[in-house]
Amino acid sequence: MFKNTSRLPLLAPPSVSGLRKVHLLLLALLVLALALPLYVSNPSQQNLAILMLMAAQIGVSWNIVGGYAGQVSLGHVAFYGIGAYTSAILFGAYGINPWLAMVSGGLIAALLSVVIGWSCFRLKGHYFAMATIAVAEIIQIIFTNWDFAGAAVGLTIPMGDEGWSHMVFSGKLPYYYIALGLLLLTLLANFLIERSFLGYYFRAIKDEPDAARSLGVHLGKYKQIAFAVSSFLTAMGGSFYAQKELYIDPASVLGTGMSIKMALVAILGGVGTLFGPLLGAGVLTAIEEGTRTLFGGSGRGTDLIIYAALIIIIAVYYPNGILGYLKSTFARRRAIKNQAAQEDSK
Amino acid sequence: MSWEILIQTLVSGLLLGLIYALVAIGLTLIFGVMDIVNFAHGEFLMFGMYSSFWLFALFALDPIFTLPLTALFLFGLGALLYKLVIRKITNAPMVSQIFTTFGLMILFRGIAQFFWTADFRTVENSMVSGHVALGGIQIGTPQLSAGLGAIIVTAVIYLFLTKTRLGAALEATAADKEAAQLMGIDSQKMFALAWGIGAACAGVAGALLSTFFPIFPEVGANFILIAFVVVNLGGFGSVVGALIAGVLVGVIEVMGGFFLGPQYKMAIVLVLFLTVLMFRPQGLMGKAQA
Repeated sequence: MFKNTSRLPLLAPPSVSGLRKVHLLLLALLVLALALPLYVSNPSQQNLAILMLMAAQIGVSWNIVGGYAGQVSLGHVAFYGIGAYTSAILFGAYGINPWLAMVSGGLIAALLSVVIGWSCFRLKGHYFAMATIAVAEIIQIIFTNWDFAGAAVGLTIPMGDEGWSHMVFSGKLPYYYIALGLLLLTLLANFLIERSFLGYYFRAIKDEPDAARSLGVHLGKYKQIAFAVSSFLTAMGGSFYAQKELYIDPASVLGTGMSIKMALVAILGGVGTLFGPLLGAGVLTAIEEGTRTLFGGSGRGTDLIIYAALIIIIAVYYPNGILGYLKSTFARRRAIKNQAAQEDSK
Repeated sequence: MSWEILIQTLVSGLLLGLIYALVAIGLTLIFGVMDIVNFAHGEFLMFGMYSSFWLFALFALDPIFTLPLTALFLFGLGALLYKLVIRKITNAPMVSQIFTTFGLMILFRGIAQFFWTADFRTVENSMVSGHVALGGIQIGTPQLSAGLGAIIVTAVIYLFLTKTRLGAALEATAADKEAAQLMGIDSQKMFALAWGIGAACAGVAGALLSTFFPIFPEVGANFILIAFVVVNLGGFGSVVGALIAGVLVGVIEVMGGFFLGPQYKMAIVLVLFLTVLMFRPQGLMGKAQA
């Protein structure tokens, strides 16, 4: 397999020019994120920040298989729910350390992804997307009727002793830092994939599957790697949700809406880009929470109408996401500047 | 267990399946012509239900009589939606198409909730209430008339597609957009027509359901997943496939619920759906994928 890497430079590596500025911007963002308690002390605002980080984390996770490898999964909530339930059951019923439970949830989800991938990767485009919805629905039905897992009522996770070993805190800030750590871990995984031969293979599978296959890329194997990594990270997000809320039920961690949201975060920001989902998560969470607080009280669906209208506008007018739009705008501006410079030199 | 109960269950599954087929035919038409999966399809059905409900509640017109009006109204809505929104995403990536129609789904639910509140509504004492007894088995008149109505509308759509010039033009656009355009077929008009007919199919299904199914803003959610399964199982774009798959899904759902308990009926349908896809990735009647 590896012998082919020499032939793959046909797929040009991402341009390096202009990366410095981006690095500085990211460093500033990271400092800003780490220093949040200095300028946000209101618990509800801190909670909003946690929600944004959680949305970003699942968006980045989804993006690995949905964006980079182009396999649009609309059933990713299955992994999220598996993570949440594994963590809740292992900690609640057997007293297993939540951190360990988090990793176990990830492993079980990755295992499930192998089963799904084995049966669904033959399917293309819409067929694959629909099949993943079906798998997630089946898992939701199983948990809704499984008494040991609390059935439709759900599971309450007993409060352990406060502290890092049990992931139980009275304040919001420790959760904030765990969410941030989880997001950074997910970004790091994504970054390493993007820079390794895997990143090239994923993009080849997405853009030119037939060409990739004729070059000897084993499509199924690399789709599976993307799917497993993505589901592992998604499940960790689900585990964290369970530990933070201390209560889960099929509707909250296995609902179809969540699957759609994961994809939406990535798509709004920019599919197949490392930082697009961060933008998408920020914008989507702000819209969601903003419309809910401003218009949600009426009970007449005004918040839904505004939320939906914004999604439609973004999907119709910015099909490449916010990051894609910004990139093309900058590229155009640079092109105009270069042209002007050339004309001046004449 | 007596044979009567089994046959009765089979018949009610068949009738339900015919409704599923009608909803799915609308969805598959839109997909066949434009390659777009319409997540807001269940909301067309919801609007069809409300149209029947209001005509009944305000003017005491029976849903059966107002069926053509509902169909016309939904046709207009579908075509208008194409002109205003869908036209802009014809060549957009699949993910933005999915999210446009997903956004429309939420938007329509929000609009319904805004104007008509989240309350459950029902059409009481319509023309088709009560039961019909057929040699030992009992069938609800609303269900029976809905199933028959679905057959008639499906037949009309099928005849339209296969016997009329306009239907042939629609099929030609579905088969090869560029070639159809070269033959002088206005593909924009065909796309609008597909959305109009697709919405009307779902709307008529909603009208047929309105005599025995509660009406509320999120009612479409009960049908959209089934419609996806049916379209997928039948093969994206195949009307005949949607009819066969619709009936199959209806029967399996009801029989599965009967034997294994109603909470698992959807799981049985979905497992069957995945199993079929494993052996026939293009669905029962779909064209093989290139």
